[in-house]
Amino acid sequence: MQDRIRITCSRQNLQQVRDFVRGFLVSAQRSELVINQVVLAVDEVVANFIIHANGEDATQFLDLLLVLAGHNLDIEIEDHGSTLFLPAGKVANPDLRAYIQQGRKGGMGMALVSRIMDQVEFFERNSHTVCHLSKTLP
Amino acid sequence: MKVTAQPADSTLTLILDGELDASSAVVLDTELNKPELLKYKKVLIDCQRLSYISSAGLGVFISHLQRLQDANVKLVFFNMQEKVFNVFEILGLDSLMNIVPTQEAALAA
Repeated sequence: MQDRIRITCSRQNLQQVRDFVRGFLVSAQRSELVINQVVLAVDEVVANFIIHANGEDATQFLDLLLVLAGHNLDIEIEDHGSTLFLPAGKVANPDLRAYIQQGRKGGMGMALVSRIMDQVEFFERNSHTVCHLSKTLP
Repeated sequence: MKVTAQPADSTLTLILDGELDASSAVVLDTELNKPELLKYKKVLIDCQRLSYISSAGLGVFISHLQRLQDANVKLVFFNMQEKVFNVFEILGLDSLMNIVPTQEAALAA
């Protein structure tokens, strides 16, 4: 099964993205915990694209594709903005004690994505940034 | 995301209702940034109706934790749904934050 959605680059659309991923995985009869983890991973990547890659420019848009074949979930998020955004896929563990001491707000999103998904990669295609996430679902 | 503040003596309870993400985290940040927060001994976070949290939501709590600790204000979470607790667990924040099952336990913490 597969489904796709296009959103503009406004953080107001994060709810729509989460509802879309939830709806897809609920129909695939996955547990609430697994669904929430995948929703979180997608939300984090999409938020990064919206805020950091596109500066919340609502004239820009993202395409999100979900494909589930058996237990294998593949997710592709394509940023149609003109700025390439290629962060490291798998990231090191954040030093949370230091974050607390520093009063730091950011820097945990991609760590969450790395821990939830089996594979995380960012690459360039047709001058656009694409993020591919995959996970074997229980 | 709706945040309702319930003051009672030396304790302030913040009741969270909804999804805490990069769009809504500013609502909670505004609440936790209020100077009067530091006059309480405890700030309890009622998570019963918190149905989702992203790194932006976690970041709000992390960014205020040291300030509260420096002012001897305890931050305690209670009534957390399993899927929300799981997000704290994934990062290891469950061992750095005070998370208890019930309001009674939060008041006693």
